[in-house]
Amino acid sequence: MLKNYFKIAIAVLKRRRFFTFISLFGISFTLTILMVGTAFLDKVISPDYPDYKRARSLYVTTMELKNSKEGWLNRSDVSFYFLDHYVSTLKNVEMMAISSNARTSNAYVNNQKIVIEYKYTNADYWKVLEYAFSEGKPYTQQQIDNAEQVAVISEQTKKEYFGDAPTVVGKYISADNINYRVIGVVGNVAKTLLSFAGDLYLPYTIAKDDYNKPGLMGGFNAVLLAKSKADVPKLKKEFDQMMKKVPLPDKEFDEVYCHADYFFTSMTRRIAGDGKNTGMSVVVGLLSIFVFLFLLLPTINLVNINITRILERSSEIGVRKAFGASSKTLVYQFIVENLILTFLGGVIGLCLSVLVIYWYNDIEPIENVYLKLNFTVLFYSFIACLFFGLLSGVYPAWRMSKLNVVKALKAQ
Amino acid sequence: MIRLQNIEKVYRTDTVETLAINGINLQIAKGEFLSIMGPSGCGKSTLLNIMGLLDEPSKGSININDQDVSKFSDQRLAKFRNEKLGFIFQSYHLINDLHVLDNVELPLLYRSSSAKERRQLATAALEKVGLSNRLKHFPTQLSGGQRQRVAIARAIVGNPQIILADEPTGNLDSGMGNEIMEILINLNRNEGTTIVMVTHDENMANKTHRLVRLFDGSQVQ
Repeated sequence: MLKNYFKIAIAVLKRRRFFTFISLFGISFTLTILMVGTAFLDKVISPDYPDYKRARSLYVTTMELKNSKEGWLNRSDVSFYFLDHYVSTLKNVEMMAISSNARTSNAYVNNQKIVIEYKYTNADYWKVLEYAFSEGKPYTQQQIDNAEQVAVISEQTKKEYFGDAPTVVGKYISADNINYRVIGVVGNVAKTLLSFAGDLYLPYTIAKDDYNKPGLMGGFNAVLLAKSKADVPKLKKEFDQMMKKVPLPDKEFDEVYCHADYFFTSMTRRIAGDGKNTGMSVVVGLLSIFVFLFLLLPTINLVNINITRILERSSEIGVRKAFGASSKTLVYQFIVENLILTFLGGVIGLCLSVLVIYWYNDIEPIENVYLKLNFTVLFYSFIACLFFGLLSGVYPAWRMSKLNVVKALKAQ
Repeated sequence: MIRLQNIEKVYRTDTVETLAINGINLQIAKGEFLSIMGPSGCGKSTLLNIMGLLDEPSKGSININDQDVSKFSDQRLAKFRNEKLGFIFQSYHLINDLHVLDNVELPLLYRSSSAKERRQLATAALEKVGLSNRLKHFPTQLSGGQRQRVAIARAIVGNPQIILADEPTGNLDSGMGNEIMEILINLNRNEGTTIVMVTHDENMANKTHRLVRLFDGSQVQ
């Protein structure tokens, strides 16, 4: 029976080529956007270089101080003091990667300005995160304690600053009028990973400002690595209990919020949340509404085209009913036919997505963010195809299956 | 085999009520070849559609094989039509996108038969109507008479007890019409199939066992 449906579906596609073009264009274009969008989301959300230990990690990114009576608040990154004084005492933390937010400095090489983004880190930063060193090595705790002016640079910075030099370890790089000795070179990090992307990584002890100034708010964030995946909830609980004991910095505020979040939650909290809310439902809700609306327009278009196309086949519907097809069987047939159309559009969409992603990676609109179609992306695209096919096929199929046989036969 | 009791069919619009069939009582025996005649619009096709369970009467009951089919669900009606009834239409109603063989196989798609079995039965049905050399042709590549023969093959492929033919020779010249009529007579004679045929052609009607005449929705003969 499926073979028969397939034959009919292909014949119908060949029959009205303009309708077929409009249908396939709508489906493939929509799916291309969805697939590229999914590839981008996958890049942002899934564990990616150098942050591969997400299953064991919690992220501390935001401190919020609130005056609930007057309804105002202060929100910023957390202080080094807070991380060092409170968080480092937690029993379930195996290691803590601390890094400052990125600061910028201009360097001039051959009369060309290079903008260098630098950040300060601790020694464990290099253990928690799996940076790939193409040469040299990270700075040690000893070098941090000695406040040595050493630096780890990115491949991109190496190329921009030193040109085609085969090795740069031991050479000096200047930022903010300070010369740092390069001790290691690491692979570039995608710009979307704000906490980890940088051109120059420096020991926190050589920061110009007082990094250990008492207070809760500052310019740092941290990745807390639990001993095992199973310990992550315990660590989260321990962190929350610790927060209850953290004293308020002054009388202006009566509430303090800071969380050790899972990676995605840490993102949603930054985008749409606050101290009390993760922002997850807002972000997921908005994304879902966007996808739904984005799918709705081509779906309505496809529903209309499908109704017109199926109406043209009312004689066939009449004949099928006369010879024993029930309404249910006809609904099934039209849905299968529509799924064939959708999957054909899906295959074209997949090919278009490969081209778009190739073009995107070539022009690299966001630094070091390279997209790829992986199994996750293909899986979600498959789901989108299925959803799209069902959404645009069910209503016309149901409507047509209810067609009166005599009227359907007379319609020819 | 078929018993129609006090069948009425009324078509209603917002302002007008049209009585298409008015109190028809009819019994058709197993193996009978019956023709229905009457002027255009007298309700012949409506009556045939009601007999074929394609349309519902406004009043009255239909019994086929001693079963009151008026109360069947959509699912059960579909199964009944598939197993017991075969249809031949004036304008053939073949699916132009499918080969002749696929067209003939269509009723078997709604049964639990294998693809091989379907192919064998469809080929045999086409042999019966003399079209075994046109299996892979499309309907548009055939003449009117050949198309109607394909439609007959489709009607008989599932071995139904009853064939309902709505002006099967209406679109054909007399030569072709006679050929089609010959096939139907043979079916009735050799296979014992009950046939009900609507026709405008007195000559064709005279070849059947019994003639029923309608006028303005009522039976006059």
